[in-house]
Amino acid sequence: MALNRKVAIVDLTSGTIEKKPIPLEVRKTFLGGRGLDAYLLYKYAKPGCDPLGPDNVVIFSAGILGATLASASARTHVMGKSPLTGMVGSGNLGGFFAPELRWAGFDHIVVKGKAAKPVYIWVHNGEVEIRDAKNIWGKSVTECQWAVREELGDPDIKSAVCGPAGEKMVRFANVMTGIKDAAGRTGMGAVMGSKNLKLVAARGTMDIKIAHPREALENDKKFIDQIVSAKVNQTQGELGTPFIWGATNSWGGLRTNNFQYNQILYADDVEPERIDEIAAETMGKYHMAACFGCQVHCRAKYKIPPSPLAEKFGVVGKYDEGPEYTSQGAFACEPGCTSADTVLIGNHLVDQYGVDNLEIGSIISWAMELYEEGILTAKDTDGLDLRFGNDEALIEMVHHVCNRDTRLGDILAEGGIRAAEKIGKNAIKYLIHVKGMSNLHSDERATPGLALNIATASRGSDHLRSRPAIDLYHLPQEVMRKIYSSPVPYDGPLSSDHREYVGKPWQVFWHEQCYMAVDCLGICKYHTVFLGATLPNFEDWPRVLYYNTGIEMTPQEIWTVAQRCNNIERLFNIREGFKKDDPYKGDVLVDRYHDEPARRGAPDVIGATIDREKFKVMRAEFYQHEGWDENGIPTPETLKRLGLENLDKEPSRI
Amino acid sequence: MEAKVLTINHEKCTGCRRCELVCSVYHDGVSNPARSRIKVEKWEWEGLYIPMACKQCVDAPCMNVCPVKAISQDEAQGSVKIDYDVCIGCRSCVAVCPFGAMSFNASEKKVFKCDLCDGDPQCVRFCEIKAVDYVEAARESLYRKRDAAMKISEAKKLGATVQYEG
Repeated sequence: MALNRKVAIVDLTSGTIEKKPIPLEVRKTFLGGRGLDAYLLYKYAKPGCDPLGPDNVVIFSAGILGATLASASARTHVMGKSPLTGMVGSGNLGGFFAPELRWAGFDHIVVKGKAAKPVYIWVHNGEVEIRDAKNIWGKSVTECQWAVREELGDPDIKSAVCGPAGEKMVRFANVMTGIKDAAGRTGMGAVMGSKNLKLVAARGTMDIKIAHPREALENDKKFIDQIVSAKVNQTQGELGTPFIWGATNSWGGLRTNNFQYNQILYADDVEPERIDEIAAETMGKYHMAACFGCQVHCRAKYKIPPSPLAEKFGVVGKYDEGPEYTSQGAFACEPGCTSADTVLIGNHLVDQYGVDNLEIGSIISWAMELYEEGILTAKDTDGLDLRFGNDEALIEMVHHVCNRDTRLGDILAEGGIRAAEKIGKNAIKYLIHVKGMSNLHSDERATPGLALNIATASRGSDHLRSRPAIDLYHLPQEVMRKIYSSPVPYDGPLSSDHREYVGKPWQVFWHEQCYMAVDCLGICKYHTVFLGATLPNFEDWPRVLYYNTGIEMTPQEIWTVAQRCNNIERLFNIREGFKKDDPYKGDVLVDRYHDEPARRGAPDVIGATIDREKFKVMRAEFYQHEGWDENGIPTPETLKRLGLENLDKEPSRI
Repeated sequence: MEAKVLTINHEKCTGCRRCELVCSVYHDGVSNPARSRIKVEKWEWEGLYIPMACKQCVDAPCMNVCPVKAISQDEAQGSVKIDYDVCIGCRSCVAVCPFGAMSFNASEKKVFKCDLCDGDPQCVRFCEIKAVDYVEAARESLYRKRDAAMKISEAKKLGATVQYEG
C-alpha cells in the first residue's frame, strides 16, 4: 500500500545501508515529503556541521501521495543543511523521479558521510546499492542520466542528479532530473558533490495499493476539473510560468538592473507570447509538456534558434524545456537584457550545469552593479565588460561561475555573502538577499505581505514557502474570509489591498501551513491556493488522503502536521545560528527595500517602500500567530502543543 | 451504433503518464505502470512522447498465434479479448504482437492487454488534451484530415505558398 514505503539510510563513508519502515504513528505526525525530511534533517545532520562536510546529510523523498491519484503527485523533495545559507537547505522538483522512487519501494533516501571516490546510489524494487560512478562523473545533467540508463540497461530509470556545478561545489548548485526539473535554491547539488555522490537512480515495478480505487478515481476526476477550470492554470497550460513574468513586469514588480528599477522596458522579445512563438516555431503547435500525472502541463519545449550569441556559445538547435519565469528574471530583467535568445541560452546552460537560475542571475546582476559602481573593475573581471545589458558577458559569466575557472567566477560561486566579504568595499550594500539567499527576480516593495513572506521564509528569500500571491488579485472580502478562516478560525482583519500592512501576517502564516502541507503530500503548488483562489486546499485533502492511502485525517489535523514541520525547520535554523535581526541570518530585508522607492510601474507601485516600523509590527504579529516569542523562537507551550518539546533529546523515530 | 476505436495523436501528448496511472488503478487497484495496458514511450532529449496501446487489430497476430484459441474478436465492442478460462499463459501472444501491446504479469502469471474498459476507456477519460481519444472508427481519419488541413491553413496565414500537383 501507499504507506509501506521505506526509509533508506545510506552511509557513504562506511558503505552501509539500513532500511527502515515508517510507522503509522510517524506518518500521522509528519505525513511525508518535506515534513518528514525536516525531522530527518534535524535528527541526522550533526548540529553546527560544515554543510559541505561528511556530517551533513542530503535527503531525497517523495510525498505521502506520490504516484497516487492526487493530481500532479510528482514532487520530489531534497533536503540538507544549505551550503549557501548555513540553515535549512531545501529544494522541490517535478518530473518523474518521486513516483519511480515509490515504485522502487522507498519514500526517503537519507545520505550521510562521504564516499572516497565518485559513486551513485541505485534504488530498485526494494534494494539499494552504492555503485562506482566512474563512467558518469563529469557529465552534464542530461548526459549522466542517459549514461546510467545505458550502464544499467533500462531506459525507464529516473535519476536525481547533480550536474558539473554540483561536482564543483558551486554553493547554489541544484539537484536535477529529466531535462530541466530542478530542486533549486540553497545548493543541494553542492551537498551531493561534496559527498562524491553523482546521482540517485530509481526504477521500480512494485505495486502501490490504492486504498479505495474506485472512489479515488472518481474523486480525482472532480479534483482535476477543479484544477483545470481555474483560468490561471489554463493560462499556465498555454504559456507556462512566463505569463507571470509578463503580468508582473507590466505592473512594475520585477527587479531590474539588480535592484535599480522594478520594470524592464522595451522587453517585447522576452514577453511570454514571444517565448511561446519560439516554442511553436521550433517544436510545433503542441509544445507543452507535463510532470507526472499533471493536466496543467505548464512547461514549454523549445530548441534554441540560430543567433550570433547561440553560434558563439555553440548551442544552436539544442533542445530544452521552459524557460520558466525564473529564467526570464535571471537572464532578462535582473541583468537588464531584452533578448529571448539570451533567456533561452541562459536557461539551457543552467539546466546542463545544474545550477540555480535565480541565484546565478541575481549574483551576476549584483556583480554588474558593482562593476558600474566601480567596486569591481575590468581587472577583477579579467577584462569582461560586465555592464548591464551586455548579453554576451552575462552568458560568459554563467560559464565562469559554474566552472569556477576565473577569479571572479570562483568568488561568485561561493554565494553572495562570502563573495561580498572577499570583494569588500561595501559590496554587501548592493546584495539583494535574505539569510544569504538571493531574492527571486520579484520586487516586493509594493506588497508588504509578500515582503514579510520573503523575510521570514525558512530557506531564505523565497516565494514558495509562504507567499500570499493571491493578495495581488484584490479579492472580495467574503472570498478572503472564506479562505483564511479555515481550517483554523480567524476573525482578525483582512485587507484586499496589496499595499496594506494589516491582516498580512495572518495570510503569510496561513500560506506557510498550506505550502508545507502540499510539500508533505508531494503535490504541486499550482494545485492549491497559490496562484488561484478557487484551487483545492485543506478542506479537499482529507478525501484525497483517505481514498488513496486509507489514512483518516481532518483538515485541522493536516494543518497541525504542517505547523509541526514548519516549527522543526524553525528550530533547525535556530540551532544553526538564526537571530531575528541578524542581517545575514535573520528575518530581515536589506536596506534597499526600506530606503529606495520603486521608480517605475503602475501608480500603486511607484514610490513604494517597505516602512521599517510597520514591517516590525507585521513581523511581531506573525510571530504571535506562529506561537513564537518576540525573538521568533517557538515558546515551550507551542512546542508542547506540537509534540516537539523533546525534539533534541528523543532518539530518532526513524 | 458503430464501434469506437482508441486513437492516439502523439503530437498532443504532454508525457504526463496519467493514462498509465489510471489504467493500473482501474484494473488492479494499484498505482504501477508495469501493470498498465498503455505506456508512454519517451525520447526525452527531443521532447517526443508516444503512447502505445493495443490497436485491437482486425487480423490480430495474438489471436492467430494462440494455440488454445483463448483470444477472440468482440465484434460489438470492436476489441480483441482474452478468455482467461482458456488461456494457458504461454506468452506466445506477447512475443508476436508487433506493438508490444500484450504484457505478462509475473506475479499473477497472466497475460494482459487493453480491454477498452468495457467501452469507457479510463485513459481517455483522464486525458484532458485527448492525445488518447475514443471515437467512431469512420471518424478517425476525418479528424486527421482536419488536422492536416489546419496545418496548411496556418502555413498560408504565415505567407507560405502551397501548391498541389495533379
